[in-house]
Amino acid sequence: MTLTETKMDNKIGFFVRNQSIVVPIAAIFVAFVLGGILIFLQGVNPLVAYRAIFSEAWFDSDGLLRTFQKTTPLVLAGLAVTVGLRVGLFNIGAQGQLISAALASALAGIYITNLPPILHVIVALFCGVIVGALWAGIAGVLKAYRGVHEVISTIMLNSIAIGILDYLVSNPFQEPDQSLQRTKKIAETAVLPNIGVIPFGFILAIIICLLVSWMLNKTTAGFRFNTVGKNKFAATYAGINMKLMVVTGMLLSGGLAGLGGAIETLGITYRFEPAFNAGLGFDGITIALLARANPLATIPAAILVGTLRAGGASLQFETGIEPEIVDVLLAITLLLVSAPILAKYLFKGKAQKSANVTSGWGN
Amino acid sequence: MLDFIKDNRKPVITLGLVTVIAYVFYFLDEIKTTSVLVFGWGYAVPLVLAAMVGIIGERTGVVNIGIEGQMLMSAFASFFGSVITGNIYIGMLIGIAAGLIMGGFLAVAAVKWEMDQIIAGVVINIVAAGLTSFFYAPGKTLPQLVPVVSIPILSDIPLIGPVFFRNGIFALATLFIVLAVNFAIFKTRWGLRSRSVGEYPSAADAAGINVTRVRMMNVTLAGALAGCAGAFLALEAAGTFARGLTAGRGFLALAIMIFGAWNPLGALAAALFFGISTAIASQLQADEVINIPQQFVNLLPFVMTLIVLSVAVGRVRPPAAAGQPYTKEG
Repeated sequence: MTLTETKMDNKIGFFVRNQSIVVPIAAIFVAFVLGGILIFLQGVNPLVAYRAIFSEAWFDSDGLLRTFQKTTPLVLAGLAVTVGLRVGLFNIGAQGQLISAALASALAGIYITNLPPILHVIVALFCGVIVGALWAGIAGVLKAYRGVHEVISTIMLNSIAIGILDYLVSNPFQEPDQSLQRTKKIAETAVLPNIGVIPFGFILAIIICLLVSWMLNKTTAGFRFNTVGKNKFAATYAGINMKLMVVTGMLLSGGLAGLGGAIETLGITYRFEPAFNAGLGFDGITIALLARANPLATIPAAILVGTLRAGGASLQFETGIEPEIVDVLLAITLLLVSAPILAKYLFKGKAQKSANVTSGWGN
Repeated sequence: MLDFIKDNRKPVITLGLVTVIAYVFYFLDEIKTTSVLVFGWGYAVPLVLAAMVGIIGERTGVVNIGIEGQMLMSAFASFFGSVITGNIYIGMLIGIAAGLIMGGFLAVAAVKWEMDQIIAGVVINIVAAGLTSFFYAPGKTLPQLVPVVSIPILSDIPLIGPVFFRNGIFALATLFIVLAVNFAIFKTRWGLRSRSVGEYPSAADAAGINVTRVRMMNVTLAGALAGCAGAFLALEAAGTFARGLTAGRGFLALAIMIFGAWNPLGALAAALFFGISTAIASQLQADEVINIPQQFVNLLPFVMTLIVLSVAVGRVRPPAAAGQPYTKEG
């Protein structure tokens, strides 16, 4: 073997070892190429369209703030799905948990008065976290004690949350003299400030991300989570209380989604309006799968999705392409990271098997 | 006939009871009872069809969470297929073809690639939502309405006639499809093979059945029924397409499948239960007998799903190998 061949082997080896990074990046690349073809078919130069997205999202101080604002709840929604996946639960109800928390913290921000600024923010955030956790907790209890699969129960709870919130903001908590279905603005004392172009909530989300990563990788609780997620039978045999783990996992997952909704209300929208947070929970699924259920990797994944969401709005204005192209880009990326096609094509026999994380009915 | 009743005691008794109660109400108020049942059956049709998709998949060992996305794609394809070709019949075929393609995709992902079946299904839902909302063009209308067909003699029966036998094509076909799927699963060679693959794939394999091929074929073909459900929603029920048209029906169908104990007739009874209770709630609301906010009436099916599931799961037994990829040893 010559020296150059060995070097080549090392290089390929590097890529094979780092599949979990290489595959998502390749997936994003392929998605942009395919998306580019779609944009081209609509008579627009794809490069112009992509430049419109990124220049709006990154190279404009208003845009940059908006990108971080979009990213913040996405980090937490992605983290919520990630934590669930690590315990073998597929929480596709982050959406419902996030919006109920967003309303809860808005109400805390409006109707609790006489609190000093910092305490008010903490109380309002806390209300959101609790409501998000409890909403997911329903699915956890149904799964642990009645064997109802969390994918179905959380999707039902999404619809139920949407209906209840729709009622609450069009009747008891609607802003007076307002035809839009939305609440009043929260009190000044409950506002999460921006620090330059960085919202304070973003910093909070990053800290939570680090904490969750530490919890999952360095603590006994995290070890239990991973054991349950990897092998239920081994976990039961080792004496881990499965019912308790399922409920805890859902509570934690819902709490994270809830924090995302609370931060969005207190730091970005300052009130609750149903249209504000449409789709965030589902982007959370994309982010978690893109990050391969690694809590730290949810940050770059969320930044990517946040960028596309923030830049997508200006796309229609500048090129006439509908902002839903972002949904297509994300859908293709999701398909390529979750299906093993790309990994098999790139690495042949050395491809890692895609994870089996979820359970069947009633177990 | 006696065998059939013996085999399906629960669904037959339920359907019989419902029929008797319905006729009592029909005697009391002809118009309202008919309209409640028409609404209820219209609500149940896509759920029944979608539940058949789930049943065929799971009886063969493949969990299909992607029914929602498969229906959404088919609804989209059938509507815009009709608009572009100017012919709803071609649109229907395009819708069914879209269902087949989506079924084929799940088959490849879940069976051939051995992807996690639940993740594969959820990915189908997200991809379908993304593609249909990007390519959606507002302001289009159908070239013609789906004609209402009356089956001679049967459609003259009071109450049952106008509800079940005077309908569009898909609604009419649904009853026949349920009976056909039921017969095929329990009385044919294909059904026996499929069930053995879903219960104990390695034994089926040892008996010379090609597990992968049976699973691929069934999941793909079941997609055609998701296509019918989607085409029904877009062409017959709504007469249009809107983003997110399916509104969670794919998931309700899974609950109905479980409630019906993976049995086509059971699923039919469960879907009718869902449809009729929703219809009754709407009727009571319209008559101002009860006065709860409309949002809560709309929530009824979702809350019912949670309740039904928490009661039903554990009492009924899913096919043993549902959800497990099969890898041939050696």
